[in-house]
Amino acid sequence: MEKRAAFVRSLLGRRDYAMIGELVEPNSKVLDLGCGEGELLEWLAENKNVDARGVELFASKVQRAIARGVSVYQGNMEECVSDYPDHAFDYIILSQTLQEVRHPQRILQDIMRVGKHAVVAFPNYGHWRVRLSHFFTGRAPKTKLFPHDWYDSPNIHFFTIEDFELLASREGWTLEKRIFLAGNHEVSMLPNLTAEVAVYLLCK
Amino acid sequence: MLAETKIVRFDSIHLDCGVTLAPVEAAYETYGSLNAAKSNGILVVHAFSGDAHAGGPDGWWESMIGPGKAFDTDRYFVICTNVLGGCKGSTGPGSINPETGQPYAMGFPVITIADMVRLQKMVIDHLGIARLLSVAGGSMGGMQALEWAVAYPEAVASAIPIASTARHSAQQIAFNEVGRQAIMADPDWNEGNYYGQKLPGRGLAVARMVGHITYMSDDSMREKFGRRQRDENMFEVESYLRYRGSQFVDRFDANSYLYITKAMDLFDLTAGKTTLAAALERATTRFLVISFTSDWLYPSYQSQEIVNALRRRNHDVAYCELASSYGHDAFLVEVNEQTELVRGFLSRTMKERR
Repeated sequence: MEKRAAFVRSLLGRRDYAMIGELVEPNSKVLDLGCGEGELLEWLAENKNVDARGVELFASKVQRAIARGVSVYQGNMEECVSDYPDHAFDYIILSQTLQEVRHPQRILQDIMRVGKHAVVAFPNYGHWRVRLSHFFTGRAPKTKLFPHDWYDSPNIHFFTIEDFELLASREGWTLEKRIFLAGNHEVSMLPNLTAEVAVYLLCK
Repeated sequence: MLAETKIVRFDSIHLDCGVTLAPVEAAYETYGSLNAAKSNGILVVHAFSGDAHAGGPDGWWESMIGPGKAFDTDRYFVICTNVLGGCKGSTGPGSINPETGQPYAMGFPVITIADMVRLQKMVIDHLGIARLLSVAGGSMGGMQALEWAVAYPEAVASAIPIASTARHSAQQIAFNEVGRQAIMADPDWNEGNYYGQKLPGRGLAVARMVGHITYMSDDSMREKFGRRQRDENMFEVESYLRYRGSQFVDRFDANSYLYITKAMDLFDLTAGKTTLAAALERATTRFLVISFTSDWLYPSYQSQEIVNALRRRNHDVAYCELASSYGHDAFLVEVNEQTELVRGFLSRTMKERR
């Protein structure tokens, strides 16, 4: 979760808020899963006039988010998404958390049911640095992107851009937009090898 | 910030039990000023033993109401009324029944949380406010806030139920029943006819002592009293409870205790509906729901029940479980955390109303 907050601040720093901003239509209804202190939602509410809601597990972060004026619910995102009626939101954002949830397929299916669109961002396990780290050390990869020791990592699923797109095609989801990032730059060539972070806009 | 309690009299009020109470009076106080658009009114609703004196010196929520506080009287017009059935200025069992010239006592009709809210709505209409910015309260105040959202969705933009529930559990009813039985077992209660005579002070004090135990937590009691002794015959905790009990006798009417606790027990937002979510269907208000980790009288699961039902209807709801060791009392004590939440929530609500 700390990592996510850092992600929002740095990778998606002011300039890159605009990137998610581009994906999200103005005046829409947005649910951010694992929204932290609600910075992104506040930005979307201020700049895109969206009806911004969030889910966050930690009370101290929920407190900060509500203090910002964002409607955040303290709870477990995996348990709560299924409560919402069909198409309750225009967009559901799942940013940098898919690799941490217990049942990624189930939560994605719920998201695709509850949201008309999904914005999913995740670190790409196929990045060349990850591959090299594994290849040369013979151990679980440790890189800037995956900085944790295997025994102390919030990440419980490791998947690549290829893996994600395979799942999307099996489930019949449409990839409306793909953005691949390395550092603060967009990359387009061999994304599964060169992208550190992938951001998808999907719909069913 | 000085506010005086005002009384407004209405011709009558029709109650859920079918009886019409005539006339009916409501005691209320206001803090801050109503803006020209009449869009900054906030109704603060009190818990079981509270009164209209919420803000100002010795107000029961003084720490939350005032200039720069959570309910910022520089920005908002805050109203608090004494509930129907109470004993602090609003019509209750201690009021004179115009038909007999005697206090109603047990002749007072059974009242509900919805009846209390109906009287509050009359006060709000009287003040010329078509739509409140918010209704906020803890414990029984939270029940009223929920009832407002369901009964008058068009008249309230947001609701803040704190440490509350959509319906009492068996445990909550049980504690209330112990209190009622303590009062009724006191010979001075005299079937409710004690006005002008010796008050059922022993029964009421015992009822209050039980209440105070449920408002605290194991932790807060350990910290506050431990096993310390006042003298060789009395533990600190005993002394505290006796003091609280005797103090209560001077300020509260035993019959009001019976009627109001019954109203709390009868409250069930789902009544007549299949689910809580269906009951909240009508609500169009934004919600801020707050609970406290150590509150075992109104445990967090009851707040979560409300929140989950609201989410099932895709209503706008913020929810936070604040860490506190003060038990149910936390909603009166944990000022900083609540202030942060309430301030942000109200600002946003105000902004969206414009």
